[in-house]
Amino acid sequence: MSALLETQALVAYYGDFQALFGIDAEVREGERVALIGANGAGKSTFLTSIAGMRKSAPESIRFDGSAIGALGAADVAALGIALVPEGRRLFPSLSVEENLSMGAFNRRKGPWDLARVYELFPVLSEKKNAPATSLSGGQQQMVAIGRALMANPRLLMCDEISLGLAPAVVKEVYAALAVVCGEHGVSAIIVEQDIELARTMSDRAYCFTHGTVSLAGASADLSREAISAAYFGV
Amino acid sequence: MPSPLVEVRNVTKRYGALTVTRDVSFSLEAGEVLGILGPNGAGKTTLFNVISGDVAPDAGQILLKGTDVTKLRPHERCRRGIGRSYQIARPFGGLTVFENVLVAALFGGRNADAEANARAAEVLELTGLLPKANKLAGGLPLLDRKRLEFARALATNPDVLLLDEIAGGLTEHEAAEVVNTVRAIRERGIAIIWIEHVVHALMAVATRLLVLASGAKLAEGDPKEVLASAEVRRVYMGIEA
Repeated sequence: MSALLETQALVAYYGDFQALFGIDAEVREGERVALIGANGAGKSTFLTSIAGMRKSAPESIRFDGSAIGALGAADVAALGIALVPEGRRLFPSLSVEENLSMGAFNRRKGPWDLARVYELFPVLSEKKNAPATSLSGGQQQMVAIGRALMANPRLLMCDEISLGLAPAVVKEVYAALAVVCGEHGVSAIIVEQDIELARTMSDRAYCFTHGTVSLAGASADLSREAISAAYFGV
Repeated sequence: MPSPLVEVRNVTKRYGALTVTRDVSFSLEAGEVLGILGPNGAGKTTLFNVISGDVAPDAGQILLKGTDVTKLRPHERCRRGIGRSYQIARPFGGLTVFENVLVAALFGGRNADAEANARAAEVLELTGLLPKANKLAGGLPLLDRKRLEFARALATNPDVLLLDEIAGGLTEHEAAEVVNTVRAIRERGIAIIWIEHVVHALMAVATRLLVLASGAKLAEGDPKEVLASAEVRRVYMGIEA
C-alpha cells in the first residue's frame, strides 16, 4: 500500500519558538491514524501545516505523490484534504445548512451530501435554518464535522472531534468514521485524548512529545504503558 | 433551617417555540460538587447562563444564600459570590496571564484592592499558571487557556463556582491535574457546579450528579447510582440495557 500523505523532516516555527522538529510520518490509503500526545506537543501545528494554514518547505509534505508544502489552504482543500479545526471555527453569520454547504465549495464528488450529514446528526436537520452560533457547543462541533465531510475528502483530519460531545454521540461519530474509511477508502488523521478510544478506532498511531515523534506503530501493538512512557518523554 | 447556598427554583427558559430549560429545580450546599451531565443541546450551558445572569429565565428564581438574585445582572451576581467559566475561553489577548487574573480579582469586587495582587498570585499558583504569569494570554496553548479561564473565575473569590467543560480536550494526565485543583478548591469550602462530558474526571470529584435531557431533569442523586441507571445509560452514554 502506498502512502497517500507523507511528511519528511517537517518543521514549524512560531516566531523564534520551534513547534515541530522534523516529523517523518505517513498515512496510507484508507488508513485511520491516531495522533496522541500532551497539549503543546505539536499535534495541532502538524495538522495546520498539512492543511496549508502555515507554509512549509514544498517537499516536506507530499500528498498523492505531489509536493504540497508550499500550497495555501484553499489549494490543499481542493486536492481533497479537509480539517475539522480546533475550536470549531464556524461562520457565525451563516445558518447551519449554509455552514455545511460551505464545506462543499470545491464540488468534489463523493458519498457525502446534506442528506447524509443529516442522517449522521439528525439534530442538525431540525435546526438547519438556525444561525450556527445559536446551537449548543456540542451541536456546533457536529456542524464542524459535517462541514469537513461535505468536502468529500480523501484525507480527513480531525482535531479532537469528540470535544464537547456526549458519549452516545462520540460512539456514533466514530462508527460513521469507520464506515467512511472502510467502505469509501478515505484516510483519516485523528487527534483524540481518550487513549483507549484512539487505539481502538485507528490502524496506526503516532505519539508526539515536544514536537518530535516519540512512538509510532500499529495501534493494536501499542501498550498503555508504552504510550504513557512516550507521553512524558521517558 | 438555614437557606441553601444556591437554590434554583422551577426555572424555565424558552427561545421562541423551543423550551431549552423545563421547570428545573435543585439546591446546593457549601462544600458540594454537583456534576451536570446531559446529551448535546440538553440545556446545560443555558442553565449556567440563567444562574450567572447572562440570560433571564421566562419563569422561576435563582436564590443565593436565601436572597432572590434573579433580577440582578451578571457582575452584581459575581460580586455576591457567583463565579463562572465559559466553554470557549476568551481572555484579554493583549494582557499577560497575571494581568488577566488581576482584572478578575479587582473587578470581581470580592477582594479589597490591596489584596488583589496577592489573590491573583495565589490563584495562579493553585492553577499551575505561575510559570506563565508574564506571558501574553493571546499566545497560550489550549491547556493554559483552560487553566486561565479557571483562574479568572476563581480570582473573583466566589462562594459558588460554575465550571463549563474545563476538562474537554485535555489528556488523561492533564484532566487529573484539573481534578486535583477542583478538590483543592472544594476543601476551601467553595461549592462547585461542573458541566463535563469527561465522565471519569467528573466522577472522581462529584458528590452528586444531575442529568438533564431535553431541558428537564432526568435524574439526580448519588453519582454512582445515577450513572448506573438504565435511563441515563441509554440517553447519555448510548448503552442499551
